[in-house]
Amino acid sequence: MARPSRRQFLKVMGITGAALLAGRSSADASEEPVQNYDNTLGMLYDATKCVGCKACMSACKRVNSDYGSLAYEKADFDKDGLWDAPKDLSGSTRTLIKLFKESDKQWSYVKYSCMHCHKPSCVSVCPVSAMTRDKIAGTVDYNKNACIGCRYCQIACAFNIPKFQWDKAIPQIVKCDLCKNTNLIKKGITGCAETCPTGAITFGKRKDLLAEAHKRLQEHPGKYINQVYGEKEVGGTNHLYLAAMPFNKLGLPVLKEEPPAEFSEKIQHTIYKGFIAPVALYSTLCFIAVKNMKKQDDGQGKQSGSGKKKGDD
Amino acid sequence: MGHDEYQRYDAKILTPSFIVLLALTLIGFFLIGVRFVKGIGAVSNMSDGYPWGIWITYDVATGTAIACGGYAMAILIYIRNHMRYHPMIRSAILTSMFGYGLAGFSVMVDVGRPWNAYNFFIPSKWQANSAMFEVALCVMAYTTVLLLEFMPAILTYLEKTDWHTLQALMDRLHKYTGINRPQRMDERLESVKDLAAWLHPRLDKVLIFVIVLGITLPTMHQSSLGSLLLIASTKLHPLWHTGFLPLLFLINCMFIGYSIAILESIISCYAFRRPFELHELTGLARIIPWLTVIWLTVVIGDLAWRKQLGAALSLDFYSRFFLLEFCLVAGGSLLLFSGRKRSSIRWLFVSAALIVLGGALYRFNVYLIGFNPGKGWHYFPALAELMITVGIVAFEILGYQVLVKILPVLPRLHTRGQLDAGKA
Repeated sequence: MARPSRRQFLKVMGITGAALLAGRSSADASEEPVQNYDNTLGMLYDATKCVGCKACMSACKRVNSDYGSLAYEKADFDKDGLWDAPKDLSGSTRTLIKLFKESDKQWSYVKYSCMHCHKPSCVSVCPVSAMTRDKIAGTVDYNKNACIGCRYCQIACAFNIPKFQWDKAIPQIVKCDLCKNTNLIKKGITGCAETCPTGAITFGKRKDLLAEAHKRLQEHPGKYINQVYGEKEVGGTNHLYLAAMPFNKLGLPVLKEEPPAEFSEKIQHTIYKGFIAPVALYSTLCFIAVKNMKKQDDGQGKQSGSGKKKGDD
Repeated sequence: MGHDEYQRYDAKILTPSFIVLLALTLIGFFLIGVRFVKGIGAVSNMSDGYPWGIWITYDVATGTAIACGGYAMAILIYIRNHMRYHPMIRSAILTSMFGYGLAGFSVMVDVGRPWNAYNFFIPSKWQANSAMFEVALCVMAYTTVLLLEFMPAILTYLEKTDWHTLQALMDRLHKYTGINRPQRMDERLESVKDLAAWLHPRLDKVLIFVIVLGITLPTMHQSSLGSLLLIASTKLHPLWHTGFLPLLFLINCMFIGYSIAILESIISCYAFRRPFELHELTGLARIIPWLTVIWLTVVIGDLAWRKQLGAALSLDFYSRFFLLEFCLVAGGSLLLFSGRKRSSIRWLFVSAALIVLGGALYRFNVYLIGFNPGKGWHYFPALAELMITVGIVAFEILGYQVLVKILPVLPRLHTRGQLDAGKA
């Protein structure tokens, strides 16, 4: 009695397994139409021009403190309330300057803030669309009114950019939004780029920034590492970097060109096939279970004989 | 299915273990209160590098796998048509219900902005790319399904009860405070009884469709629990980061499910001084090694394919945890291949425990131990963080202990050994 149902069971499991496997082989079938990233907004940070004055950091706090986020009420000031020098990005700091020093001759500043990826992992993983990417400007923004605080964006971000307010009863995620709702509206430029006294931060369209970066690489071949960080990493980012030291020494990870979000989404979508797979699984299982129940009811009278045999099997 | 297969366990509810578990539960819930007043950072060691700590890793990722007894048993009984295991399902479903319900509760403790959770029900906020979205909806749905699956036990209770405790309470209230019984109370209680009696056969008729839903949903979200970490390609160690994560998590929850069903049966029979269900357990134990062999084959094959076998044997920090996980599962399964060991309660217990430990360690490896966000980040759970998890687990055991003494959950004793005949 158990035989046919077992075969059916294996068949179902086989189909499910095949669907899972097919996901991997036909992974590149579902390619999204190629987007045009030329007009997205971004910044170019040239580490060789940065003098580490941190004016960008205080400008960021100044222009963004009033907007929506409750982030800035808890900056880490000294006793006199004059000096706030955070050590890392956090629930109250969206941008940060760090110094990396190998020797007296080998050193570089580096600026951290959201990279505004073309295919952002944080947007891909957010279960309630609290992280969104602006289709035209390419800016990755956060909406605290949707956010449930699951912190999956933090797990997903290869740059460790989204930060959570661990010490608050009503916490939120904090990250750079290119002054989308503050300085950009008022002055058409981000707070940090506006303030930078040495021109280390350039704000503009990605296309222009990329051209400028390559121009600098060509004009000063010995000065820079011959790479624009962010041009290809995780499918391209709107925040671009030039530096004289290898980027991974500046805390910018070595990353592949394929966006991690593309890898995970392909697998997830192939398994689910637009919700057809779960429905198919449910109906198949229902069919088997109902059939088994019927058999059970029919065979109730002669159960004890065959039952014992089944028990030993 | 007749509910005559099940019986209430007749015993005192207030036992020493009840008191201990209650104390642990209260400590845990107090700390949860602290978390909501002072923020997550006040009770936990989680950080921006390790945003998921022990709550997600144990309570959600591992806890739901341990709660897969109901899922695994349902596949065996309703899909593979082994009705002789039917008497075991109710206690499996009860533990699953607690496991999943409390995993959901832990999530509400863990997330920073739980009041926004209603966004899961607003289509414009849906985000089908997110494995988390799928896991959240599925776990909510499955918890509801488990509640429905458990309903027959509650309905049977309502049908048969004479409201003894309630009557006694009312009498006492009347005696000490002079509050009178509400008028027509007996009548109303009677109508509840009638409602239960009316509902029960109707529920039984459609129950099979709910049960099958209870097989489909875990298949979906258990694999998605693996998918959750697919995106962390730069942070999860290559020993565990693979496109096969969803498949590995799915098989993993199945063999954990059967093993935990064995453990639960042995422990509850031991604790409640009932005879062991050896015959059924031996049958269950026969299935496990096949699942683990498939799982281990996928693990090894995938490592070989990605050229990571060297890393697996390098005996560094990650490799040691990998080997430990691997040996626990493989060791437990080897024991179960032997027919003699399968029919010994002691060996069944040992091997099932090894497999559950190994399977759980796999989930810890994926969510915490193999997860490295970069230089400078460290995580080990804080005491308060641990106590919240302990409190939640204590509450789970407490609930099981109490409910089996109130509702007909455990297999009826006299039908043991001739369960096939007894079911009719």
